[in-house]
Amino acid sequence: MSTQTDDTPFTGIDLDWEHRKNRIFLGIIVAASMFGVVMLALLLLDVATDFYRGQTEFGISLVDFFTRDGSRREELAGFRGAIVASIMLMLFTAILAFFVGVGSAIYLEEYAPDNRITRLIEANLANLAGVPSIVYGLLALAAFVNGVGMGPILLAGAIALALLVMPIIIVSTQEALRAVPDGMRNGSYATGATKWQTIRQVVLPAAMPGIMTGTILALARAIGETAPLIMVGALFTNRIALGPFDRFSAMPTQIYNWAAEPSQHFIHLAATGIVVLLTFMFVMNGIAIYLRNKYERDL
Amino acid sequence: MRTETDSGPGITGGVARDDIESNRRIRRVLFGCASITVLTTLAIFFVLFDNAASYFFGARITEILTGASVEQLVTFTEFFTGTRWAPTHATPAHGALPIIFGTLAITVGAAFVSIPIGTATAIYLSEYASPEVRAKLKPTLEILAGIPTIVYGYFAIAFINPVILGPIASRLFGINIGRYSMLSGMLVVGIMTIPMVSSISEDAMSAVPDELRNGAYALGATKYDVSTRIVLPASISGVFASYILAVSRAIGETMAVTLAAGFNANITANPFDEVMTMTAYMVSQARGTSAVGTVEYQSLFAVGLLLFLMTLSMNLLNDRFKRRFQEEYR
Repeated sequence: MSTQTDDTPFTGIDLDWEHRKNRIFLGIIVAASMFGVVMLALLLLDVATDFYRGQTEFGISLVDFFTRDGSRREELAGFRGAIVASIMLMLFTAILAFFVGVGSAIYLEEYAPDNRITRLIEANLANLAGVPSIVYGLLALAAFVNGVGMGPILLAGAIALALLVMPIIIVSTQEALRAVPDGMRNGSYATGATKWQTIRQVVLPAAMPGIMTGTILALARAIGETAPLIMVGALFTNRIALGPFDRFSAMPTQIYNWAAEPSQHFIHLAATGIVVLLTFMFVMNGIAIYLRNKYERDL
Repeated sequence: MRTETDSGPGITGGVARDDIESNRRIRRVLFGCASITVLTTLAIFFVLFDNAASYFFGARITEILTGASVEQLVTFTEFFTGTRWAPTHATPAHGALPIIFGTLAITVGAAFVSIPIGTATAIYLSEYASPEVRAKLKPTLEILAGIPTIVYGYFAIAFINPVILGPIASRLFGINIGRYSMLSGMLVVGIMTIPMVSSISEDAMSAVPDELRNGAYALGATKYDVSTRIVLPASISGVFASYILAVSRAIGETMAVTLAAGFNANITANPFDEVMTMTAYMVSQARGTSAVGTVEYQSLFAVGLLLFLMTLSMNLLNDRFKRRFQEEYR
């Protein structure tokens, strides 16, 4: 160690420079923080302008947009089939992922002993969350579309999305279960309830708002997922899907189809579709936030 | 309140035994639910290896085990060192280097955007921002993270490439930019991974105990010194974990890079050129009629397997950093 500091500790320090350095640094990190915000604003502004120009310059009528299905001809293309398919996808994804996801979380939080298998399941969950969404599409393509012989139908897409959001639902449900105080469990046991009675009649009702919030957020993520659906084969379908066994093209795949076209008309159709997709997402997020705020203080 | 216990099982006779039995059954069902996640992982491994085998050896693993003949269609040497990728061409070439290059180039380029900006944002949020600013900035960044990747792809193809990069390329470099460019892919993936870096790094920085900061202030350190020489080093493993997560996300990113960087598999140093990532290749083949048993179909899984192994190793690395960070402060 040097012993320079012994007699006059502050001589080597240029205070002006220190001040300037601090101010420059603050400027840099504020600018960096603003970068993300500016990009978000630019993105939304770009979509909004293209949406507006689609109405004014390209004559895209919203009525036609919501009442027509996909089409190869730009002046006839609409979004109805895609919206219907996306809503059905959400429904089936929710059914497939909710019960299994909540069941897994209950097992992990309430039942699982602290052993190797439990740790394996937990570690596997973390890794599943990091698997690229397109890989889930490959899984569904090989196992369900071709393996079981389903073909490129809506149910196959829903399975891919359900597997994709399952880890998210499990983790958020675990958090909701953990937030239920042990006193409530013990109170239930004291009245002679069994473990399952306690979970079903005490723990689950208390955790339900948190579970719903997590599930809705997971579905809001699923509704925008494109890659798995493309791998399953949800492209180039222009007819409306009426059930889980029909071929389909959902909102994001329809937007991709349009955005990849060189024609400016299609680009503006894509922007109109994005406005609808983002509206769906914001509404779902809004519901989730509302639920969270409404029930947060009850526990 | 209803008095449910009146009609409930209570402690009467053999009911308790039934309860134990039904509780055991429920426990088994719930364990079954939890094991589905493990089955998913196993199924991903199986499906990818099984179908990738038919790309390299002409038969799936399941077929090989039941006695199908094996012939090496594509050698690993060709796959990993060949510089022409055209598996569906009339004179096919199976060198995956161009699409591996595409993926890595976009990933590295995106990291140059997301890592410095994300880290700076994290320092600002954790060390400088007032509670009011934080309460506004954090949700805004969360929105950025929640926007679907297809929308980022649209942003790239409708705005970044034609409006921002187009004029720069033609005025400064005299290059006519096409619909797609590598640089546009780097930028858009960088932008979408900023929130991952910033939020996870901020968590790590906030977890650094105040004693460390106060100790430095007591020695006469400025806020800049504390941020860069105390907080950042103390949270470095958590910060690295966020970088790895962002990189892993960039490798597996599909829709944004497909719409931003395009479908031309080539190795180039020109950022205004079109390149194809591994994921974009997969999308391009799914767009056609990739029927079972064709090279297109099999190559999907070969590329998918490579992609999966790349992200898996990133995730395992991320796990180690995260665990080390948790050990340091808990």
